[in-house]
Amino acid sequence: MSVQGPPGARLARFAVSPARRRKDRLARGTVTAGAVIALIPLALVLFYLLRKGLGSWSPSFFDTDPTGNTFFKASSIGGIKSAILGTVEIVALASAIAIPIGIGTAVWLVEYGRTSRFASLVRFFVDVLTGVPSIVFGLFIYIVLVVGTGSSYAGYKGSLALSLLMLPVVIRSAEVILMLVPSGLRESALALGAPRWRVIFSIVLPTALPGMVTGVLLAIARAAGETAPLLFTAAATDRTNLNLGQFMNSLPVQIYKDVTSPTTAVVNRAWGAALTLVVMILLLNVIARLVSRRSRLA
Amino acid sequence: MSSDGPPPQVADVEPESRAEGERRRIAPRAGAPVAPARDVNGATAAAGEQEPKQGLSVTLQQLRAFYGDAEQVKGIDLDFRANEVTAIIGPSGSGKSTVVRCINRMHEEIPGARAEGRVMLDDLDVYDRSVDVVAVRRAIGMVFQKPNPFPTMSVFDNVAAGLRLSSSGRGAQGKHDLRSKVEEALRAAGLWDEVAERLGEPGAALSGGQQQRLCIARSLAVQPEVILMDEPCSALDPIATLKIEELIEELKQRVTIVIVTHNMQQAARVADRTAFLLSGQLVEVGPTQEIFTKPNDPRTEEYVTGKFG
Amino acid sequence: MPGGDRSILQRSPLARLPDRALKYGLTALSALILALIVYFFVRLVGEAHPAFAHEGVFGFAFNNDWDVSGEKFGALPLVVGTLITSALALLIGVPVAVASAIYANELCPLRLRTALTVLVELLAAVPSVVYGLWGIFFLAPKLQPIEQWVADRLSFVPFIGGGTVTIPNYFIAGLILAIMILPIVSAISREVMATVPADQKEAALGLGATRWEMIRTAVLPYCRAGIVGGAMLGLGRAIGETIAVTIVIGDAPQLGSHLFGQGYSLAAVIANEFGEAQGLHRSALFAAGLVLFVLTLLVNGVARVLVSRASRAGKSTPLAAVGPQPIAGAMAGA
Repeated sequence: MSVQGPPGARLARFAVSPARRRKDRLARGTVTAGAVIALIPLALVLFYLLRKGLGSWSPSFFDTDPTGNTFFKASSIGGIKSAILGTVEIVALASAIAIPIGIGTAVWLVEYGRTSRFASLVRFFVDVLTGVPSIVFGLFIYIVLVVGTGSSYAGYKGSLALSLLMLPVVIRSAEVILMLVPSGLRESALALGAPRWRVIFSIVLPTALPGMVTGVLLAIARAAGETAPLLFTAAATDRTNLNLGQFMNSLPVQIYKDVTSPTTAVVNRAWGAALTLVVMILLLNVIARLVSRRSRLA
Repeated sequence: MSSDGPPPQVADVEPESRAEGERRRIAPRAGAPVAPARDVNGATAAAGEQEPKQGLSVTLQQLRAFYGDAEQVKGIDLDFRANEVTAIIGPSGSGKSTVVRCINRMHEEIPGARAEGRVMLDDLDVYDRSVDVVAVRRAIGMVFQKPNPFPTMSVFDNVAAGLRLSSSGRGAQGKHDLRSKVEEALRAAGLWDEVAERLGEPGAALSGGQQQRLCIARSLAVQPEVILMDEPCSALDPIATLKIEELIEELKQRVTIVIVTHNMQQAARVADRTAFLLSGQLVEVGPTQEIFTKPNDPRTEEYVTGKFG
Repeated sequence: MPGGDRSILQRSPLARLPDRALKYGLTALSALILALIVYFFVRLVGEAHPAFAHEGVFGFAFNNDWDVSGEKFGALPLVVGTLITSALALLIGVPVAVASAIYANELCPLRLRTALTVLVELLAAVPSVVYGLWGIFFLAPKLQPIEQWVADRLSFVPFIGGGTVTIPNYFIAGLILAIMILPIVSAISREVMATVPADQKEAALGLGATRWEMIRTAVLPYCRAGIVGGAMLGLGRAIGETIAVTIVIGDAPQLGSHLFGQGYSLAAVIANEFGEAQGLHRSALFAAGLVLFVLTLLVNGVARVLVSRASRAGKSTPLAAVGPQPIAGAMAGA
């Protein structure tokens, strides 16, 4: 049955040329190298952050206010208490504004607007909002609320700028999740005679909840890290100030101010603040991922 | 790179190992009249034809296939004779597609899937560790259930795709060779007359039946020894199906064909031999006529008379 | 019941109230968002107007003279600076991002895949001010000797060679931006590559293609539009990025002298000068913001069309309609 010659002789013509093999190996090696390169910055950033930032961490670091950038002795540059509290307050208010509005809009888009022209318009504008550079949000709130009213910077104005930034993120992620809720679920509830609002609140939203929480947490993480919208709205101050109606400090702004300081101690404070901020954001990310695992949707 | 005669017309690839001196010129010279009459052995009367274009036999020896821990194919010994059409029939889930995908080692592309046993292509075990799986897939072509021409490529590029992988088609002579090979493949697939004027159109612009014949041409272009067909007509209309069945009849003179089908009438029409698979095991194999009229095994009889499946 | 009370099947007006309240309430909300965005645009244009009136719209964009004290506001150096850094970001970032996407989807062992994608997405979690911090204190000093070496070796090449390497410079800014756009370009490329139908890949493998040949034949051509779209979303992000760039680019509003020298960008000038800006100066900064806004709008618009077309071709899921990976994409600020 076999053709004459050693086994597989007839099949020699199908062999893969060394050139092809080389190209395959080269290409795969290059692609793998690219993937490794992509991870190097992350490792470097986190490593350097830990190295420079951990040194600044101490109980007093979190408990004292910063004392400005001017030339002081190292022991009296203070900590970042006002910055942490400020970030928490400003972002909390921003979330309180952006989340209900964002989810409400997403619900409207999926449940009512659907494929109508108006809905397409809304989607288009939300897309527009997604691409706005973050500093432009700050400028907008500045025109409207700082210059327009003749009043000065305030924490809540920073919150408004951040909420503008969070809005498209919340809307889009909520919309995706809501669309993943199987329409069969809605239909069977409607077929049982439930009014539409009932279906939304009792069936759709609970099913979509984990996914939406994930999206919301990621939006919050994003807002917490933003500097530019706060520069001309909440501005900054050193003292702890729980009143959102006045100047308020925040971690990103604090870091930004300290970056340009000639004093090493101040720069170290910036590293400590940066580490704090990154830890907060990573925590939010981790929680977001854990929550998304509990989602019963894709 | 030694040569035992005039330089090959096609950009032959350098063999990895053994049989250096055995390399023969197998393909017809470019420009030879296409599809001349062939006898059973595939030898032609065309001038310059040195080697009979002949399919090889495939033998499965104790073939087992796993998806993870689940054993889908449970030890099959089966013989596909050279230049014959062998059909594999059986109810869904019997492992027909899996068996066929083991032959050209596509089965192992699925994560967690593996195969055991031997698949002998002529006298070579394709699962042997020294064998290059890429070469196996070139020697054993495959036509899939749903026609899958490359959507971003023209008709011509689709057929040429396999050829271009081995870097033929470079330079003026190469381009000329490429064109004649593409034409040859399209003629062999019975598609040339319909697409000669449309070679630049996207492959996906053809009708379903044409697309499937395009895929057949694409497989034929690299001149495999065996072509596996996994329910090639199930997505096609009856007329397209008929055309492909006629094609299979012609093609078996140059390649060995294994066709999986759930359509028993189709098996009866095209296959020389038929194998019946049930739950991952070979129940019976024999000349098609016998399987359908005088099967030995009662399960075969029940299946072909439609009692189940 | 024959001739029965048909009102049994009707709901009382009161019962229908929540439904209508919800519907109109939410509609009003969405309309409000629309109105807000329009108002946003209008106010911006209004504030920018004085500067445009002073310089002329094209004068503002194309005059090469940003002189605050002299009340001249030609933003060309800023626009060029923005373009230079963004182009650098694309040049460096897109190949790496696409390579990591190809690796993750086609070559990576299954158990490592999630870890790899999570890690690349984590790059988006780092706030831009931290990137700036890291850039100015770690990356720039570390790379300075190398940059100087390159500048000296290639001194005959315009723009790259010659000159001394300053710590804030275009190249570092471009590099940082490349890192920042990695997650989004990679996420979208992965998403698009995942839509390649398996039978396409099988067809290529069945023909006897090596792994790379299969990727080259069946995956990449299929994904071309989507990958380009992802790159453009990255571009949009790079154009608008403010803080990280401000920190590492310096503040030299002159037409980019050379790659390793200080530069400026539209976003950076706003961040640096807005605090003390008055009158015409402030208006010019608003104009810069408007230019930024319009640029990102255009780029993102084109990008979205490309991406949605590419992923819709693969499958029609809600993701395709909205845009793939909105979470990752939104996280990365695109």
